[in-house]
Amino acid sequence: MSPGSKIKPKILGFVCNWCCYGGADLCGVSRFQYPPYIRLIRVMCSARVDMAHIFLALSTGQHGVFVGGCHLNDCHYITNGNYDAFGMVSICKKILGHIGVNPDRLRLEWVSAGEGIRFANIMNDFGAQIAKFGPLGQSEGIDEQVLKFRLEAAAKLVPYIRLVQTERMRVPVRTEEAYQKFFASDEFNRLFEETIAEKLSIGQIVALLQKEPLATPGISRALGLTPSEVSRFLISSSRQKLVRYDEGLKRYALA
Amino acid sequence: MDYERLLCATGPYEGEILRSSDNKHPHKIAWIHCVGSRQVLPGGNSYCSAVCCTYTQKQVILTKDHDADAKCYIFHNDVRSYGKDFERFYQRAENLPGIQFIRSYVTIVKEDPVTKNVTIRYSTPDEGVKEEEFDMVVLSVGLNPPRNFKDLANRFGIELESHGFCKVNPFNPMETSRPGIFISGAFQGPLDIPESVFSASGAGSQIGELLNFRRGNLAKERIYPPEKDVLLEEPKVGVYVCHCGANIGRIVNVPSTVEYALTLPNVVHAEENLFICSSESAAMLAKDIRERGLNRVVVAACTPRTHEPLFRDTLREAGINQYYYEMANIREHCSWVHSREKEEATRKANDIIRMAVARACHLEALQEFDLPVDKRALVVGGGIAGMNCALSIANQEHEVYLVEKDTELGGMARKLHYTLEGLDVQAYLRDLIRKVYQHPLLHVYTNAAITEASGYVGNFVTRVESARGVAEIKHGATVIAIGADVYKPTEYLYGEDDRVMTSLELEEQIAGKEERVINAESLVMIQCVGCRNEDRNYCSRICCSQSVKNALKLKEINPGMDIYILFRDMRTYGFKEDYYREAAGKDVRFIRYEPQDKPGVESVREGGRSVLRVTVTDYVLGKKLELDADLIALAAAVVPSEGRKEVAGLFKVTLSPDEFFQEAHVKLRPVDFGAEGIFLCGLAHYPKLIPESISQAYGAAGRALTLLSHDTVTASGSVCEVDEDKCISCGACIMACTYGAIDFYETPQGRKARVNAVLCKGDGLCNTKCATGAISLKHYTDEELFSQIMAAADKDITQQSGAEA
Ligand SMILES: Cc1cc2nc3c(=O)[nH]c(=O)nc-3n(C[C@H](O)[C@H](O)[C@H](O)COP(=O)(O)OP(=O)(O)OC[C@H]3O[C@@H](n4cnc5c(N)ncnc54)[C@H](O)[C@@H]3O)c2cc1C
Ligand code: SF4
Ligand code: SF4
Ligand code: SF4
Repeated sequence: MSPGSKIKPKILGFVCNWCCYGGADLCGVSRFQYPPYIRLIRVMCSARVDMAHIFLALSTGQHGVFVGGCHLNDCHYITNGNYDAFGMVSICKKILGHIGVNPDRLRLEWVSAGEGIRFANIMNDFGAQIAKFGPLGQSEGIDEQVLKFRLEAAAKLVPYIRLVQTERMRVPVRTEEAYQKFFASDEFNRLFEETIAEKLSIGQIVALLQKEPLATPGISRALGLTPSEVSRFLISSSRQKLVRYDEGLKRYALA
Repeated sequence: MDYERLLCATGPYEGEILRSSDNKHPHKIAWIHCVGSRQVLPGGNSYCSAVCCTYTQKQVILTKDHDADAKCYIFHNDVRSYGKDFERFYQRAENLPGIQFIRSYVTIVKEDPVTKNVTIRYSTPDEGVKEEEFDMVVLSVGLNPPRNFKDLANRFGIELESHGFCKVNPFNPMETSRPGIFISGAFQGPLDIPESVFSASGAGSQIGELLNFRRGNLAKERIYPPEKDVLLEEPKVGVYVCHCGANIGRIVNVPSTVEYALTLPNVVHAEENLFICSSESAAMLAKDIRERGLNRVVVAACTPRTHEPLFRDTLREAGINQYYYEMANIREHCSWVHSREKEEATRKANDIIRMAVARACHLEALQEFDLPVDKRALVVGGGIAGMNCALSIANQEHEVYLVEKDTELGGMARKLHYTLEGLDVQAYLRDLIRKVYQHPLLHVYTNAAITEASGYVGNFVTRVESARGVAEIKHGATVIAIGADVYKPTEYLYGEDDRVMTSLELEEQIAGKEERVINAESLVMIQCVGCRNEDRNYCSRICCSQSVKNALKLKEINPGMDIYILFRDMRTYGFKEDYYREAAGKDVRFIRYEPQDKPGVESVREGGRSVLRVTVTDYVLGKKLELDADLIALAAAVVPSEGRKEVAGLFKVTLSPDEFFQEAHVKLRPVDFGAEGIFLCGLAHYPKLIPESISQAYGAAGRALTLLSHDTVTASGSVCEVDEDKCISCGACIMACTYGAIDFYETPQGRKARVNAVLCKGDGLCNTKCATGAISLKHYTDEELFSQIMAAADKDITQQSGAEA
């Protein structure tokens, strides 16, 4: 496929009713133009948007996902749910990066109901960016099917990620600085590696073995992991009785 | 107005811009401002029509939408972009390619009998007098009083003012000369849409004051047919695609979307409609739903933020649950923003409809319920706006709490002494404050600070710390009227030289009869200080009138004083134009300056006395002038109130980019906030003159009354529920829900989470916290959202040829 592929960018947006949806409306009222790549799904609060939605969107063919909420501290609800959207998107980007998907395919922005022009600007900018990335896999240099497979595996982990998030990844105060600092911190990276990263790899191995038993080289090829990483995850997942070694087939299979 | 019809889909050429003489597309179009307005000739109106500058800009922008290559010339006098967001609109029009704003008077020379082109004569500072030919000329004609005004006035026994509009109480522009008769809208004088809207609410509120004793006597409860239970039926979706005149139909191929909709699963009927929101269409829709036995309805039209309630009501009329309705926004999110890509827009409209249909199939019937309304109101800010609003609500027998942070009521008006029309502001204010304090239902808290605010429409709880101690106030409606502040200039030697002051300070000194002011030989006023610039990209609206007012007052006291007003555009809109003319007639010199060539001010000694020397380029004379002034008054900008962010945070309302409060809809809901039960008025919304603040204050009272006069408000059916089998009692949802809507209770299966539907606000945050997916927000369930995501991914629509290569 040539780099300047003619495939039209496909973007799915999740926007909150009170601010970003209103901003998109005002953008229309003011006739500000932007490229017709995005389809919007209305939710009441950006906090309703879930990782599972994002993974599903990307694995069903969207090239980019947009999440739009109210400006921080302007959430229509006293839950200040846009901080939760901030947290969710930060972790989600990290996961995308971990499984080889360009995290910039996911974009979170704050747009108030008064900012029609801002909505148009973001759409123009994000549209151009996604057009450059092309369909999933193109800018990553990884086969699209492999990435979709990984996304599906990640989606299965969402319940676990929620638990980890609630128990171990809580930001103590609701300020932009605190959120930015936390999600850029070594502590967050460490927690991520310890909890989600490992599970993600194991989750992918399990999902792969569900289809057919495989030996280590086959697994490492399919998942783009080094053989030593694969053996490490195989050991820990055997211990958790998720997979077993089938002596007859000389391959790993589900336990 | 003829041109507006040309732009309109229902117009003579169905939205195409054609010349009636030869049906050709005009490419070079001229607009001429102020036709019939701002004139002293017979047949013209002396006043400024206040709306033409901005409507012309709208037409120019729309023209460019129709024809990107069109060349537009706007011949104007002052460009009066004084309203909220008008300045930005002006800049947008100005920055489009092929647009020229030319400041010049014009004469129409002739129409070429063959080409039908029109020649116009005008002049520019660089090129002198010029003649130029245009394909079409649009006259920005002004507003006249209603044609039958005299009859109307006679019949109702109300007086008219000298221009033939209605004569009103200058402090209360809705009150006519005859008690009990109120007016709203442009019969007051030229007004734009938001002001007409709030004057209508305001007139309503004043009528409410008079008729309060019989409120509710004529009210009839709407009776809806019983709801059909369709739970066990297969989804039968009806899709109605609206042209919205030409708003959608000009861009999106509506018939093809209808055909497309018919191919979608579960769609049993699809049709198009010119205006689906008209009352006839709605009645037709209800009938259609019933006759065809539809159990899901998708309307592809405009935004659910304004139209969802209307169509939900139609579903109720049709006897099916209103939550079986879904809206596909193909106007704001499609035709209006992709107007140059008709095919893509049509494809996108198909996608949006497909997503809506998929979602509709998963929708569930939900029941709404009623919440009691606390009958009391809280008004934040005790300026002229806040006090008038509080009084009007109290006069309709609702208790009102008025919270003022200062030690005294009055706000900005305490510093104002007279109006352009010559009224005594202080006398008015004294009387107003007296009425406020004497009203038995009005409780005033001064020196007050709001420390906490919670609750929701009909049931707010606000904590106020004041001279009276700490109070926890329960109220059903909230009005925000915290006013605005004045910019403290850093330019033109302000703060360094005490002869430089703001207009407001000048006014106080005039009222105080200060010698140095009254006896000054010459005074220079500089307009637009601190706004209409990059930092504050808006016009403060009041300052041009205030400067003219001060100039006239000074001329009255000391006719010999030399007064210069250095301005960018004189924005004395509406009847204020007459005073501008009066000032010019009394030798007040008006000199225009350009923003990139601002006046200079320095202190020099001249003939033994110290003067302030102002240098400015006069574009009419084409040379630099030096003016020696004893005093300088700066028209300092009106800036958003210091406490805006705090108040916005407490009451969960938003600020606009300029940081005034953001109303729900700029034109149509100018006193409502997006958040229900909260209203706004006065300077907090945008700079405005006293009568305008009062008008909006009554408007806010009117809106608050529509809530307070009811015993209940209806709460949404879109709330959370817990699937107890899945709940593992982890408490994550309880921790997330700051509304306190969830608690645990004991069941035979152990402790389970449970949602209080009255408290749940339906944001859905808790859903993304629950590891087991036990808690789910109705109307936004995963199933519904997943169906939309899957429908969005439909392959054959967006993958174009070449994709497989
Ligand atoms: C420089 C200037 C010149 C003007 N000149 C003219 C003129 O010539 N002619 C004319 O007709 N109009 C003029 N106006 C407009 C006029 O002043 C207003 O329309 C009118 O006073 C209405 O104001 P308001 O009640 O909205 O706000 P304000 O008068 O500002 O009142 C707001 C009140 O809210 C209080 N407040 C603020 N924050 C809080 C809080 N957090 N909690 C509780 N209370 C709070 C303030 O203390 C104040 O008392 C002028 C305005 C300005 C700024
Ligand atoms: S002086 Fe004030 S009202 Fe006049 S144009 Fe400037 S900002 Fe607007
Ligand atoms: S939707 Fe919001 S208000 Fe309702 S229970 Fe969940 S978090 Fe609480
Ligand atoms: S988060 Fe889910 S599982 Fe936990 S208490 Fe709430 S409903 Fe139950």
